[in-house]
Formats: sequence, C-alpha cells, structure tokens
Amino acid sequence: MASGAQGAKGTLYRGREGMWSWVAQRVTGVLVFFFLFAHVLDTALVRVSPHTYNQVIGTYKNPVVNLLEVGLVGAVMFHAFNGLRIIAIDFWSKGPKYQRQLLWAVVGLWAVLMLGFLEPMMQHTFHEWFGW
Amino acid sequence: MSTHVSLEPPRTGNPGRSQRMRTRKGPGKVTRGNFELYSWLFMRASGVLLVFLVLGHLFIMMVTDGGVEKIGFAFVAGRWASPWWQFWDLLQLWLAMIHGTNGMRTVINDYADKDRTRAILKGLLYTAAVLTIFLGTLVIFTFDPNIKG
Repeated sequence: MASGAQGAKGTLYRGREGMWSWVAQRVTGVLVFFFLFAHVLDTALVRVSPHTYNQVIGTYKNPVVNLLEVGLVGAVMFHAFNGLRIIAIDFWSKGPKYQRQLLWAVVGLWAVLMLGFLEPMMQHTFHEWFGW
Repeated sequence: MSTHVSLEPPRTGNPGRSQRMRTRKGPGKVTRGNFELYSWLFMRASGVLLVFLVLGHLFIMMVTDGGVEKIGFAFVAGRWASPWWQFWDLLQLWLAMIHGTNGMRTVINDYADKDRTRAILKGLLYTAAVLTIFLGTLVIFTFDPNIKG
C-alpha cells in the first residue's frame, strides 16, 4: 500500500481519510442530535392546538431556515452513509483494505443525492428568491 | 487481556474514557462488564435501522410532494391515522434518541477530563433524553385529530 506512506512523517491515519471521516461523523452526529431535541418539541405542539403547531412549523418554510434544512439533510445523509461504511470496515473482511475507496463512494453517493434533492427541497425558496 | 471479555470491538477513533480507566485498574479487573461491547453493537444495529427510518422520513417530509411546504396539522393528522406511521415514528424516536445519547456519552467521555464535569454533563444529557423520549411517546399515543383551537 504505497498510498498509505507519506515519507517519514506521514501516518496511515492522521490527517488522512480515516481521521477526517471520523471527525465528520462526530460533528454531524452532534448537530443532528441537537436538532432532534428541537424537533420533538415542535412536534409536541400538535397537542396544544392546530393553530400553534402550524404557526411554529411555518418557521421551517422561511427560505433561510429552508437552507438550514438542506444542511440538516446533508448532515444526516453523510452520517448515515459513512455509518454504513464503518459497519463494512468492522464486519466485512475486506472492509479495512477498501476503507478509502468506501469513503469516496460515500461522498459520491451523497453528492448525487444532494444534487437530485436540491430542487424538490427548495422549490418554494427558489420561487421566492428568483421567481423560478 | 481479561478472561471476562472474549470479544472486543475494534479500536476506531480515540480510546474512550472507560477503556483508559479499565487499563489503569489492570488486567482481570473489568469493572463495567461487557457494557462497552453492547454499546458498540447497539450503535451498529440501530444505525442500520435508522438509515431506513430517518432517510425515509426525510424523503417523505422534505423531498416528495412540495417538500416542507405541505407540512401542517392536517398532514400530521393524516399520517398518524395509520398505525404504520405511528409505529414508524415511535421506533424512530426511541432508536434515534438512544443512538444519539450514546454517541454524546462517548463524546463527553472523550473530551471532559474532570470526573465532576463528566458527571454533570452526563446527568444533564440523560435527563434531557429521558424527558424527550417520554414527551415524544406521549404525543404519539395521545394525538387527537379533533383537538380544539
């Protein structure tokens, strides 16, 4: 594995795909967890009244918040696909050998889906901002 | 190597606090049994289920049929009229909360060095998690489509 060695200074893990995917998994996990609290609370408003619920859910339809939602979907999708990669590394005998290729597959799948979902997720915002 | 632990999860990322504590106590004195092994296994098992539950949820809510614009009380009422979606949301709530809380527990163990800080942060975390799971469960089971207002 020539690609793993970067001269005398380099290591297989530090500063490379393995480390950065671990960092990204942490960051996206923590972000999604904090959103989950807020989301259970806003959903709980269905027990207050339809009016209150609709009013608060209206916040989600604001174009700027809509952009944050696209970020949320991006964070969840990365965490999900990279999580499957971690499972493959742990349980598939060839997983550790192909961990780098698996990460690029994760990133590729993520990019394709994000591009495909962008228009349906932001229809209203595009309409409001650009008149599309 | 303790005789207690026959199967250990691979050491991905930082070694957690509990693993450091374990080695400090020396071999043969595993104080927490197999807890970290089950925790590791739970993250993977719940993770696989959550990929389908959460991505399915996001696809329906955010992508199909006009995205977030369609969501409102009437939309929720329509979905929770079906036991299928009630069960979906209940399972999703419990798995996501436990998966996320366990992940946060690992993060706290890794970065909070003082015993007291760790205890306080984990106390807050578990309190918030229990309350949120309780509230969410209550909402799913007591939902009333004909509520006034």
